[in-house]
Amino acid sequence: MSDAVVDSPAPAEQLYGCVVTYSRGEKVIHASRGNYIATLKKAIDDSFTMCTDLTAVDFLIYASTNRQLPSDISGERFEIVLNLISLERRERLRLRVQIAEGEATLPTAFDLFPGTEAMEREVFDMFGIEFEGHPDPSRILMPEDWEGHPLRKDFSVGRIPVQFKGAPS
Amino acid sequence: MTSDLIAGTPAATGEGPQEMRSRSELTAKEVLREVGSVLRMSEKEASELTSSPVENDEEQTMIINMGPQHPSTHGVLRLMLELQGEKVLRCKPIIGYLHTGMEKQAEELSYMQGGTNVTRMDYVSPLNNELVFSLAVEKLLGIDGDIPERATWMRMLLSELNRMSSHLLFMATNGMDMGAVSMMIYGWREREEVLRFFQKVTGLRMNHNFIRPGGLAADLPAGWRDDVLTILEGLPPRLAEYDILMTNQPIWRERLQGVGVITAEEAVALGTSGPILRSTGVAWDLRRDLPYLKYKEVEFDVIVGSYGDSFDRYAIRLNEIRESMKIVYQILDKMPSGDYRIQDKKVTPPPRARIDESMEALIHHFKIFTEGFKVPEGEVYVGIESPRGEIGCYIVSDGSPKPYRLHMRAPSFVNIQALPHMMRDGLIADAVAVISSIDPVLGEVDR
Repeated sequence: MSDAVVDSPAPAEQLYGCVVTYSRGEKVIHASRGNYIATLKKAIDDSFTMCTDLTAVDFLIYASTNRQLPSDISGERFEIVLNLISLERRERLRLRVQIAEGEATLPTAFDLFPGTEAMEREVFDMFGIEFEGHPDPSRILMPEDWEGHPLRKDFSVGRIPVQFKGAPS
Repeated sequence: MTSDLIAGTPAATGEGPQEMRSRSELTAKEVLREVGSVLRMSEKEASELTSSPVENDEEQTMIINMGPQHPSTHGVLRLMLELQGEKVLRCKPIIGYLHTGMEKQAEELSYMQGGTNVTRMDYVSPLNNELVFSLAVEKLLGIDGDIPERATWMRMLLSELNRMSSHLLFMATNGMDMGAVSMMIYGWREREEVLRFFQKVTGLRMNHNFIRPGGLAADLPAGWRDDVLTILEGLPPRLAEYDILMTNQPIWRERLQGVGVITAEEAVALGTSGPILRSTGVAWDLRRDLPYLKYKEVEFDVIVGSYGDSFDRYAIRLNEIRESMKIVYQILDKMPSGDYRIQDKKVTPPPRARIDESMEALIHHFKIFTEGFKVPEGEVYVGIESPRGEIGCYIVSDGSPKPYRLHMRAPSFVNIQALPHMMRDGLIADAVAVISSIDPVLGEVDR
């Protein structure tokens, strides 16, 4: 095989204007913060009417060169991961969005998938990523006066003593 | 701890309070959202409504807490209900009372130990949790095609028996919530027989850690076939009793029919799955629609309802027990002989006898139980049908023996969002019926 063949790969597969990759055979599209909502709308029109899961990953201590991302997407600290289902075509689709540490916000998907309300609250609670326009931006699992976001990689296990509301100090 | 925290000063992150706020603090738009207009009205209709859609004086309503310590909340679910007389105007579930940071803990445990963690999430169907975790790890390892046939069929057997035991527990708790106290004893009695089989196979009644990446912990014990047959033959007359005691009984029907209604559009929009989605008439069962294991090779029906009420959800679960029995009979016929786990020395420990004679086997054994096995980099999501709906496992691996991130998509966590929509304009006495029909497991909601 000549070097020229290796250097000029086939143009990346596109779906809803986003690059498509495959992770262990699962279809993943990579949206940006800018076209996140527009991509979701296109996915809904394409029968992906159910959002089963919305979660986040903190890539703080993950070597960014090893992240399996398409070449034109630069890895940021946070990543939002959505799993959509098409009930008609019986397919799954995963959507990944990179969120920079300095501007950890994303428009809410609540208006498109009302079922993401609790999931977005959980991501906010655990990672501190705020969802613009979310109707109820409060913590969901941790107490409302908790400080910090436990699933961030710089929040170590057992570092902070257990806090209870109204406990005598 | 600082005194600021005790005083309840909002933390620097600026989140809002969790509790339900009184009407006077809310704008008309916020009230609309809380009563579920997002699912019922277009934006245009909503914007045309200028005042609060429910014309009630603040004085005539009151907000009360139900739970977290309430026997019918199945654990520590807390509901804030706004009542007008006996009518529920708004409802807000408040969760987190059982949050123990299991997803954080999972990042500290190796893939070998991870099963002990995930099995404690949905403690009513632990084997399904272990199954989805194992399937995800195997997919990351790239050995999902090499799992021995017998291991796959054994997993199906345990998964279906667990579905039966979980639904039998639902029969018990649902009966008790409705006041059929004798039903509680019957449900527990039948479930106990399944748990006794689990104890014989896995050594434990719950939280088995039996399904592991690469296969299972041990083979089925001698005489397992007779034990399963005893369960299968004993159940039909008991289920017929349930029909007499509950299904065909006018009081039971009065209590459940038309209570907690949800439409198919709402159920899909809210992301619900399992019996709640199927009660609205959407025939969606991952065992049939996105098959895993060997579900393609067995015959069963997907039970659907038509009204989306509490009675449909009860009837679906009762009939799913019968479908699971049908599947288990087919599994008994098709169970092949062979190995119960993959013979990949990097993933599963060598047989005990080999350790005495082989240095290499001893090293593998030592490595697996101290360091664990390394999993190639990548990310996968696997979803399977648990008794409560789609349970999913999302794992990101950085190539080390511990998951970089493990997220469980818990069906109860999502399904519980349907509560405010089911309860709206219902009676406070029906609230218990509605909570019960969702069948939430708070260990899984809060993780």
